[in-house]
Amino acid sequence: MSEKVLMKGNEALAEAAIRAGCRFFFGYPITPQTELAAYMAKRMPKENGVYLQAESEIAAINMVYGASAAGKRAMTSSSSPGISLKAEGISYMAGADLPGVIINVQRGGPGLGGIQPSQSDYFQATRATGHGDFHLIVLAPSTVQEMTDHAYIAFDLADEYRVPVMVLADGMLGQMMEPVVLPEPKTDESDKPWAVTGHKGERPHNIANSLYLAPERLEETNVERYERYERIKATEQRAEEYLLEDAEIVLVAFGASSRIARSAINKAREKGIKAGLIRPITLWPFPVDAIEAAVPGAKAFLTVEMNMGQMVDDVRLAVSGRRPVEFFGRTGGIIPTPAETLAAIERVAVSLEGGAR
Amino acid sequence: MSKLVFQRPHALTDIPFSYCPGCTHGIVHRLVAETLDELGIEGTTVGVAPVGCSVLAYEFFGCDMVQAAHGRAPAVATGLKRAMPENVVFAYQGDGDLASIGTAETVHAATRGEKITVIFINNAIYGMTGGQLAPTSLPQQVTQTSPYGRDVNEAGFPIRMVEMLSTLDGVALAQRVTVDSPKNVRVAKKAIKKAFEYQVEGVGYTIIEVVSTCPTNWGLSPADALQWLRDNMLPYYPLGVYRDVKAEGYANVAEAAAARAERLASGGDA
Ligand SMILES: Cc1ncc(C[n+]2csc(CCOP(=O)(O)OP(=O)(O)O)c2C)c(N)n1
Ligand code: SF4
Repeated sequence: MSEKVLMKGNEALAEAAIRAGCRFFFGYPITPQTELAAYMAKRMPKENGVYLQAESEIAAINMVYGASAAGKRAMTSSSSPGISLKAEGISYMAGADLPGVIINVQRGGPGLGGIQPSQSDYFQATRATGHGDFHLIVLAPSTVQEMTDHAYIAFDLADEYRVPVMVLADGMLGQMMEPVVLPEPKTDESDKPWAVTGHKGERPHNIANSLYLAPERLEETNVERYERYERIKATEQRAEEYLLEDAEIVLVAFGASSRIARSAINKAREKGIKAGLIRPITLWPFPVDAIEAAVPGAKAFLTVEMNMGQMVDDVRLAVSGRRPVEFFGRTGGIIPTPAETLAAIERVAVSLEGGAR
Repeated sequence: MSKLVFQRPHALTDIPFSYCPGCTHGIVHRLVAETLDELGIEGTTVGVAPVGCSVLAYEFFGCDMVQAAHGRAPAVATGLKRAMPENVVFAYQGDGDLASIGTAETVHAATRGEKITVIFINNAIYGMTGGQLAPTSLPQQVTQTSPYGRDVNEAGFPIRMVEMLSTLDGVALAQRVTVDSPKNVRVAKKAIKKAFEYQVEGVGYTIIEVVSTCPTNWGLSPADALQWLRDNMLPYYPLGVYRDVKAEGYANVAEAAAARAERLASGGDA
């Protein structure tokens, strides 16, 4: 079963979600994620699943809310402007402790922005996907293989912690074709005693709800949820390292920009600059442990992003003033080139020399 | 032997209603609960409570319940129903919820022929937030946000929701009822029960609009509120069946829609 196939990121992700046991997909067209919905429309009926094109992103996420409340593996996907519309529903899902998977194949913003790849929804994904006190688990793939893997594990994470999980990709990963090994199909075996499936007279009625009029009760649910988030922070941080052992300049980049960062690091090494990479795979929880471990050997950090500097805030928090943290990025849907990224590394190297003198 | 003629429906929990005295929300809750009892579907039903005075309906109904964001109940109900086609799913929504913020969700669930039942409480005002203009507020009606009376040139006209929805092919049953008198309560009960029966039979989308009172925000006693409803609301919102595909002789909305398309194609009336 584990043969390699050549697939587009959006389609590989959709196939992996089906293989993860997702049988309910609710979406609304938006570039650059539309192939994902189209793939679902083709495949779901063959799997006895449901593909439904909702009247809006707002409706789509609320359909996910309903199907997730019924205990089913459900998913929606969109791109940046559509994710803003889903914000309300995502907050309600978090408030009702419902699992569910949301895919964001980002494009440039704000507003209607453009349709080219971007990472400008980092703040939205990791800070405020909707109103209220909550977090999502946020996964950041950097290859088509990871688009596949992340979709597959997202459902397990969502069920295990009863939180919505977002796969934060971008237009480049969605549109590019790469060979992938598709995962084995699995069925959803998670136990969901909380699901609203009709009580059949056999148990007290279940309620999926986020309303707590008494502030003390609301505080209790938020505190309980944050205890769960602490468990997630302790166990689910993921990051990949590249040439980090002797690295003096530690690049931090996720998703598509991490691929450019790697090329730039290779070129820097050829020039004798000891550069390395930390690639956060979970953006929330942010892999602070990986940053912490790199601080002693690092002279400086440099984030490479496809935005005006968003993840750099998390790196600065983790580094906590012990080392300089620089930022290089392009925005508006422009992908940084390896050459200009190398130039950014060289600038950091020069400033370090200056500091040493 | 004494005969039991009246008791609390099983499908209502024993939590006291949070509604104001004389508010018709309570009567309609009872009718829905009686229906679940009589059809024996409490155990397979999932209700959706919206935002509005009925937000706490999840506490009052004994079936499994979901609380939805303001206006989104039809989308949540769609997700539930698609996930569990064998279950019964109903949404219970106010006019602000259904006819204002949730208009798109309402129209599209109806046009998809989503096999859900919607109980629509039209009290011509926003209750929970303290009596603001609703899409259903009457011309000249004074509310907190139409202090000089609803000026239709500025605020537009009230929406007659079941009339509008009855034009959509997915709608199996669209009926307007009220609960101002024992006789009308009986009619309302029959309509609500029929709506749930149609859902069980898979006929299509069903909606029962209940012309209701909000004595608190209308600033009237419960009795005067009922009279205001008769004098002002019923002329604007006439009671009656606006669509009933089974009464028209069709088994479901697909058959009715096909027949309608044929009539139109041959130059007939919709
Ligand atoms: C997104 C959002 N906007 C506004 C509100 C505030 N709100 C709560 S109830 C309500 C109106 C409810 O009116 P209606 O649906 O007519 O129900 P009623 O209270 O009359 O039963 C509003 C606007 C909200 N909770 N959420
Ligand atoms: S505010 Fe109006 S609608 Fe709400 S419970 Fe009171 S009377 Fe009923």
